[in-house]
Formats: sequence, C-alpha cells, structure tokens
Amino acid sequence: MKTLLDVKDLSVSFGVYGGEVQAVRGISFAVTEGEAVAIVGESGSGKSVTAQAIMRLLAVPPGKIRGGSITFAGQDLLALPEKEMQKVRGRQIGMIFQDPMTSLNPTMTVGAQIMEGLVRHRRMSRAAAKKRAIELLATVGIPHAESRISQYPHHFSGGMRQRAMIAIALACSPALLIADEPTTALDVTIQAQILRLMKELQRQTRSSIILITHDLGIVADLCDRVIVMYAGQIVETGTKREIFRNPQHPYTKGLLRSLPRLNQAKDEPLVPIYGTPPDLIMPPPGCPFCSRCEEAMQICETDVPAFTRLSETQSVRCWLQHPQARPEECGGKGASA
Amino acid sequence: MIRYVLNKFIFMLISLFALVTATFVLMNAVPGSPLREEKATTAQIQKNMEAYYGLDKPLVQQYGVYLEKLAHFDLGISMKQRFRSVNQTIAQSFGYSLRLGIVSMITSVLAGCALGIIAAMRHRKLLDNLAMILAVAGLAVPSMVMAPLLQYLFAVKIRAFPVTGLHGPLDYVLPAIALSSVSIAFIARLIRSTMIEVLSADFIKTAKAKGLPGHLIVWRHALRNSMLPVVTYLGYLTANVITGSVIIEQIFAIPGMGKFFVQCVIDRDYPLIMGTTIFYAILLLASRFLADIAYLFVDPRIRISAGRMGG
Repeated sequence: MKTLLDVKDLSVSFGVYGGEVQAVRGISFAVTEGEAVAIVGESGSGKSVTAQAIMRLLAVPPGKIRGGSITFAGQDLLALPEKEMQKVRGRQIGMIFQDPMTSLNPTMTVGAQIMEGLVRHRRMSRAAAKKRAIELLATVGIPHAESRISQYPHHFSGGMRQRAMIAIALACSPALLIADEPTTALDVTIQAQILRLMKELQRQTRSSIILITHDLGIVADLCDRVIVMYAGQIVETGTKREIFRNPQHPYTKGLLRSLPRLNQAKDEPLVPIYGTPPDLIMPPPGCPFCSRCEEAMQICETDVPAFTRLSETQSVRCWLQHPQARPEECGGKGASA
Repeated sequence: MIRYVLNKFIFMLISLFALVTATFVLMNAVPGSPLREEKATTAQIQKNMEAYYGLDKPLVQQYGVYLEKLAHFDLGISMKQRFRSVNQTIAQSFGYSLRLGIVSMITSVLAGCALGIIAAMRHRKLLDNLAMILAVAGLAVPSMVMAPLLQYLFAVKIRAFPVTGLHGPLDYVLPAIALSSVSIAFIARLIRSTMIEVLSADFIKTAKAKGLPGHLIVWRHALRNSMLPVVTYLGYLTANVITGSVIIEQIFAIPGMGKFFVQCVIDRDYPLIMGTTIFYAILLLASRFLADIAYLFVDPRIRISAGRMGG
C-alpha cells in the first residue's frame, strides 16, 4: 500500500495572552491509500488542530506551525505557496466540518455551493457542473435532487445539510477526506445514516478517510485504524481490533470503560476518567496523563515515555509497557507515595 | 411574499396619514399666522385674504379640505412664493436636491463598502487602522465644518473645483463629499465589524476548504452576508442625505429644496410647510419601503419568514 499522507513530528501552537498553547506536540502518523483512520481524543487534545494544519486552515496568527512536516502525495504541504495550496484544498483533500447548521453559506443555494469547487478545479462549464451537482446530491441520498439543488440551506434539515456538506467535500473526488466530528451535531439516528453513507462512499471511491471524533462508538463502524490523542500527543495507535480488544494505554482503557455496552449489567455504572487534562501553556515534564492515571509511577511524573511497539501495527506511549519496566514498579502512585 | 410587500405598503400609507395629521396640528399650534406680518393692511383686507386662503374656516374643516386636495396630489398655493403653487416650487427645486442626493448615496455606499472591506481584510494591520482613523474623523466632523474646509482647500487654495453652484459634473464633487463623509464613515465601520464577524463564520472555513482564493471568498461568501445592516442603513441614509443637503445646499449655493424647507417655517407659509414636509416624508417612507423589499433579495431567509407572515 502506498502512503498517501505522512505527518512527521508536527507541532502546532497558538499565541494567547500570557504565553503559547502547545496544542499539538510532535505527532507523527501516516495514512495509506484507501485507508480509514480515526483520530480519537477528548476536547482540546489537538485532533481538530491537526486536521486544520493538514488543510492549512489555521488562522496565522494566532496559530503557528512550530515544526515538523506534512507530506501529501509527494508534496510538502507546509512548504507550498498559498496559491498551490488552494489547488490541493477541495481537489485533493476534501473536508467535512462538525456543525452542518453553520457550515453552509445561508445566502447561496446548495447547488451553487457544490458547483463552486467543480467550476474552480475541474474547469467545468456551469451547465456541466450543475448536472454533476445533481448527481452528487442524489449520491449522498437526497431525494428530488434536481429541485433540491436550487434551494437554500435553511430549506434543509440538519442531516440533509451534512449530506450536502459531504457532496461538497466529495465534489472533485479527493484522494483524502477529512471528517472533523461529522456526526457530533446530529441526532443519533441521523448519525448512523451519515456514517453508513460515508462508509458506502468510501467503498465506491476508494479514497482515504481521516475521521476525527471523541466518540469511540462511531469509530468501530467506519475505520481500519485508530490513533488516540491526549494533550497534543499520540498516546496509542493500533488497528481497530487491537484498540477495542487489547487497549494498553490507561487513557485508552479509560475511554473504553466510559462507553456504555449492550451486554453490560443494568446497574453497573459507567466509569468516567476523573480529573482534567493538563494546561498546555505549560505542559507537564512527564507523561501528560500522569495526574489522572490510576497506575502512574514515579517516573511518569518526570519523564515523557517513548513509544513501545507492541505489534506490527500497535504502539503505545506508556512507561508501563516499557521493556525495562519491572512488574513490582507497576503498583500505582499510592504504593510509591 | 406579495402579502409581505402589501403589508409594508399599507404600513407606509398609515404612517403617512399620521404624519400629515401631526404636521397639520403642530403647524397650527405654532403661534403666528402667515398673514399677520403683512404691513399696513386694514382689517377688511386681512379678512378677505383669510377667506381667500380658507383660513377663516374652523380647523377641522381646513383639515378636511387639505386632505381632499392631497388625495388629488394638489399641495395648494404658496402664500409667500409669489402665489406659485407648491407643486411647482417642489418640481423646480427638487431636481437639484435629487441629483446631489443620488450622487452622494452612490459615493457613500461605494466608498464606505470599499473602506470597510479593506479594513476587515487587513484586520488589526496598518490599513485597517488608517481606514478606521479616517472613518472616525468622517463621523466626528459635521458637514457644515467639512463643507467650508473643502471649499477652502480644493476651490480657493488649489482651485481644482468651483466654490459654489451646480452646473457641470465637476461641481458635484465637493458638495457630494461634504454630504457623504458621515455616511461613508458609518458604512465603513458597519461593514468592517459585520465582515470581521462573518469572516470567522464556519461557512467561510468551508469555502476555504473548497480551495477558493481569498478574493472569491470575500466577494461571494462574506460580502453578501455583511450587506444586511447596510441595506437597513440605506433607508436612514436617504433621510440623512436629503435633510443634510439643507445645510450643504446653503453653503454651496445650490438652488435645491433645502432653502424652502427652512424658509417656509419662518414665513409660516402653511401650504409650503405641509407640502415640503409631506414630500420629504414620502421620500423617507418610500426609501424605507424599498429597503424592506431589498432585504428579500439580499437574504433568502427573509423570503421564507415573509412567506410565513403572509400565511
């Protein structure tokens, strides 16, 4: 499989009053052609910032790419001039945003918004673009596409708007689709429909997908591989099976424990992860999860763990998995204090 | 949608009627009479003249007569303008005011939008600050100060434009600038603040993610969404430009309506007071009405709520 997107040691920060928030702190991952990867993490873990950095959509300032490289289909995206980047956006990488209610222009017809990309990147005539836009709307499952196309976003329901957003993102058949929390603002029943649609479209177009979400539940449906982010770093990556069946990082375990299960006893409570993530203006010297971790050791407070490879596909950033960690050390903070 | 337009139209008529009545009452409540100051007239002549103008009848009857004439678009005969009809007076002078007004409106909208857009796109940079300093200056300096300053600089010192009069196209430049400086500044600030807000909206991010270049994003996606407050302001601007021109017309010696607007009140020239007031009122109400209709075209969301309003 050919690598489509290669992110290496990416760091992004935001200038704020009183310092700099290090939103993304040196993350590396790759997406191969046709692969669906999920980036999972709670609010503020840096997953959306990563997506926007790939698209170069961050407002600079206050945003700033501190270091690293993003290589997409052989070109270094961070080095591209803005004009060239415009040819990547929409044509080679499509993006779907979280809130379909505000992500469409209220003063333009849905059709016109789908056609824009086609006219721009494909040099289509307006008539041809309109025809294609109708096809696209029909593909994403909107009935009566030929009349719907000349309606405005406020004529569409939330789910339909997200379908229209998907049509916009897929208009030029991009090789990579980035979906930034595409179902968060939708009803649960609509969520399932949208996910099914994305899965179906991915099967047809064989494009790669990066799905950004805080909801592990929707990952299982769509993705091959999972990247778990915490406090601007990747803490664990693995295949879907590995992450769900055999999570190794305490944070991943915590995330899974906080999900309801169908086979769970009714009176068994969900276990939350207590505490709050660290302040990224002054990130802690050790493992960022240490203050919330039930299994934390002394070294966790002082040193950032390196990645430990557990299999061909799974690696984890935790001292517990370090090859030299002795079992008697793994007694948790309470034992050492 | 037709119901929406009809609604607005009926409201306009009601406002106009209320305004006519209020003006009539207020005018008659002001002490003095158009004929009292005539020199050396005998009581008999006074009486005859009052009878000629219908001033001897009770007020309610005068009001009725006036309304009836108004319904036939007859504004009566001026008492001071050498017995010319009010309709004639307005017809002869309004052309000047209208032309100057239109030029100023166009100047305000174009210059205001341009300044505002530039400021919004260069938010917190040098050009933004320059544009906003200019805008604050424009708002702070009233037209009666601006006008003589412009005359002194560009007509007396540099001699690029004539000092007064309104004959050729060049003559319009100074009065139009003086008349529109406040509204340029206002529109610029309005556009700037709305546009900064719109540019941070989610759909702008969508447009960027489509790979559109910056100027297309502003032109197609941001501008139209920033225009609504300006359209609201346009109705008010019309009022501003027309009443503002009273002063400007005096300073630049333009034979427009402004002169009569002030003079008729001093003269207690009843028909002319009523005539000019009603005429201005119709202009203002009509421009408000047009602004309401313009909403329909700028923002499609109003079309749907307008449809609901109509049932």
